[in-house]
Amino acid sequence: MTAVEGLRDIFTKNLRTSGIYIAFVAIIVLFAILTDGVLLAPGNITNIVLQYSYILILAIGMVIVIIGGHIDLSVGSVVALTGAVSAILVIKNGQPWWVGILAALVVGLLVGAWQGFWVAYVGIPAFIVTLAGMLLFRGLTYEVLNNISLSPFPSSYQKVAGGFINGLLGGNGFDAFTLIIAAIAIVGYAYSAWRSRMGRVRYQQSVEALPLFILKIVAIAVVVMAFAWQLAHSRGLPIVLIILAVLILAYNTVTTRTVFGRHVYAIGGNLNAAQLSGVKVKQVNFWIFVNMGFLAGVAGAIYSSRSNGAQPGAGNMFELDAIAACFIGGASTTGGVGRVTGAMVGGLIMAVMSNGMQLMGVPQSTQQIVKGLVLLLAVAFDIYNKRRAGAAR
Amino acid sequence: MSDHILEMHSITKTFPGVKALQDVNLNVKRGEIHAICGENGAGKSTLMKVLSGVYPHGTYDGEIRFDGETVEFSSINDSEEKGIVIIHQELALVPYLSVAENIFLGNERARHGLVDWNRANSEAAVLLARVGLDENPTTPIGQLGVGKQQLVEIAKALSKKVKLLILDEPTAALNDSDSEHLLNLLRHLQGQGITSIMISHKLNEIAEIANSTTIIRDGKTIETLDMVEDKVTQDRIIKGMVGRDLEHRYPEHVSHVGEEVFRVEDWHVEHPTQPGRVVVDGASFNVRAGEIVGIAGLMGAGRTELAMSVFGRSYGRNVTGKVFLHGKEIRTRSVSEAIGHGLAYATEDRKTYGLNLIEDIRRNISAAALGKLSKAGWVNGNEEIKVAEEYRRSMNIKSPTVMALTGKLSGGNQQKVVLSKWIYTDPEVLILDEPTRGIDVGAKYEIYTIINKLADAGKAVVVISSELPELLGICDRIYTLAFGRITGVQERAVATPESLMELMTKEKETVR
Repeated sequence: MTAVEGLRDIFTKNLRTSGIYIAFVAIIVLFAILTDGVLLAPGNITNIVLQYSYILILAIGMVIVIIGGHIDLSVGSVVALTGAVSAILVIKNGQPWWVGILAALVVGLLVGAWQGFWVAYVGIPAFIVTLAGMLLFRGLTYEVLNNISLSPFPSSYQKVAGGFINGLLGGNGFDAFTLIIAAIAIVGYAYSAWRSRMGRVRYQQSVEALPLFILKIVAIAVVVMAFAWQLAHSRGLPIVLIILAVLILAYNTVTTRTVFGRHVYAIGGNLNAAQLSGVKVKQVNFWIFVNMGFLAGVAGAIYSSRSNGAQPGAGNMFELDAIAACFIGGASTTGGVGRVTGAMVGGLIMAVMSNGMQLMGVPQSTQQIVKGLVLLLAVAFDIYNKRRAGAAR
Repeated sequence: MSDHILEMHSITKTFPGVKALQDVNLNVKRGEIHAICGENGAGKSTLMKVLSGVYPHGTYDGEIRFDGETVEFSSINDSEEKGIVIIHQELALVPYLSVAENIFLGNERARHGLVDWNRANSEAAVLLARVGLDENPTTPIGQLGVGKQQLVEIAKALSKKVKLLILDEPTAALNDSDSEHLLNLLRHLQGQGITSIMISHKLNEIAEIANSTTIIRDGKTIETLDMVEDKVTQDRIIKGMVGRDLEHRYPEHVSHVGEEVFRVEDWHVEHPTQPGRVVVDGASFNVRAGEIVGIAGLMGAGRTELAMSVFGRSYGRNVTGKVFLHGKEIRTRSVSEAIGHGLAYATEDRKTYGLNLIEDIRRNISAAALGKLSKAGWVNGNEEIKVAEEYRRSMNIKSPTVMALTGKLSGGNQQKVVLSKWIYTDPEVLILDEPTRGIDVGAKYEIYTIINKLADAGKAVVVISSELPELLGICDRIYTLAFGRITGVQERAVATPESLMELMTKEKETVR
């Protein structure tokens, strides 16, 4: 494949998948202009990362749930419950920070196992199970907290979401460590991209032209370094960003390269066919929900750390943001289609829009309207594309 | 030339990049039964969609004259108003509504916006009598079999004062006696002046019922045959469809039968939702290496139920009986256990049970044997593509790459993907349920060749089919199933359609 053909390929054949990235760039440019560049200022970029990390973490679990053909309406309540349990242990009982975190994860896993049991082994639709869970875990949160908010966490706990790794290597007005980590990440990415390219070559599959391949890596390197540069000029590398990056990397691999991931897509795509192909549907469904519970626990720990306490009403409507991120990111409402990376971009689109509108001083009501319309249009665009693809036959 | 109720002149329909129809002409005489034949993808359905207004006037070139006037339909409602009603292959009935409600759906018998139930039910009863269906109009459609549902569709068409009835593969899902009834009904309606167009793959039916036949190939009209004057035979139609003489519809094959591989003993299955209703009753059968064994039975005899319950208890409850592989009893309580023992089951309904239609060819082929492509849970994606490419070539799946979605393939190519998926699991026993349903003649021949190759490789093959000629054409031995019981087994040399049919309709007798 020549470079020109490859480029044309990206812009025509993959428009459906790359459309979301184009939209993302367009939205960033739009809000950068509307806010006179404040959107991309070092402090604000750091803020976006801190503010939306837990939604993105929820979206990772949610996209797997949605690919499997389910939905989870309970994650907002689970975020509240896990944060509450952690707060009781750390704030009330004076346990160290890591006990609180661990407890949040364990509670998340238990919640996931509970919902997974009802969905997978009893066969109740996830919509009902998690709607019940939404009420159930919200109620439990009130019980655990005795109807009152708990705060503040000790500073060691606050660091989880609000902490930065910086100053380790010094730097002149910026944090050298952040830049070095980013550079290592880029090298790692380039190496793995090269390896998979070599793998394809070994199997005599067509690969994109070398110049295009290099161009792509350079483009990604530039974006990542620019992003890191801005972070380095603010407060350094947020710990949350490291957690998020590890999770995205891990789950992207799980969904695209493991047998479990394949089984999730198979179940969502055609449940009957998956069953008759020997997929252990019940087990897979169970683990999908256990995983969602786990990630809700992670999000709960981070959210409680960031908000420096536990409130009975915490995490309200988080489920909807997470679900919206998945659908904007190209997941199919009927299951079987979706990507972790897509959901992340979908979540970031929401994040940039919210943040941009906040900077512009747009009233909350208008923000909601805009977000609602964007979700609707994103799914409409997806359906339009599918229909066009179908008609072309 | 006013004895033509329908004249379609040089119809051309293009989709982006594809010419689906090119200068197609179709002339249908008033009061005749006109068959349309052609391989899958030849353009039959497209032509009918042009006729019925699914593709509105202006999206195609050419002229349509119906009942002496030029017509320009912009939707399916327009064509129905003129008396053209199309009945699709996949029935469009609502399972939870009653027969009467379905018949008058969108055309309710109402006064001042309120449905007049007495009128609806009594009119429905009259229509049901006309199609020879003895059912209460208030029965929910879901409780009727496919054959009866088909008749309800026709009753619905009659309620619309139909002049030209178009049936797309009306008997594809019907058993022989239901098909017979349907064909008789078409003749009966013909007597009442209703013209029918029938799209069908079943050439024996066409030979039996049609007055004339138009053959379409690659989007062009090849010829229109007068069935009586031209003394048209099935082979003559096939020649027109494929553009070559198909000397034999079944490939020559001599089986080299070895030791027994697979045996089922005293198999017993009850209905999953109706406890106590026995679906398979004490069935026993065996297959030897290199042997192709057929299972014949009418609709509802329990063929698919037998196969699916053996394959990891995928059907039914209170399943009892024993399964032996090479003389040793094996457990097949789950699908993965069954696959692990070397069993494979290719379903009769590939769209619902066989394929993930929104996934590509590659991942459908690997779906049942991901273990072979993975280490410690990690899938080797490159190896997967290589394997899929090999099958695409060896099975002759017509698609430029293995990245094409299976939902966009024709029936024959979809079936090849399903077979590839199961062959890749490297099974010892293959159960193929209706392997050639809804597939055109050319692709059928390819499927038969694949089945023969599997037997030559020493596999034990079980073929379930509704078409007796097919079983007689490819099987070494044929079991007959009636009302959940095995009623007999015949060697190919002695079996005839008549002898099999006799066994297939035999009630309450055990194996001799």
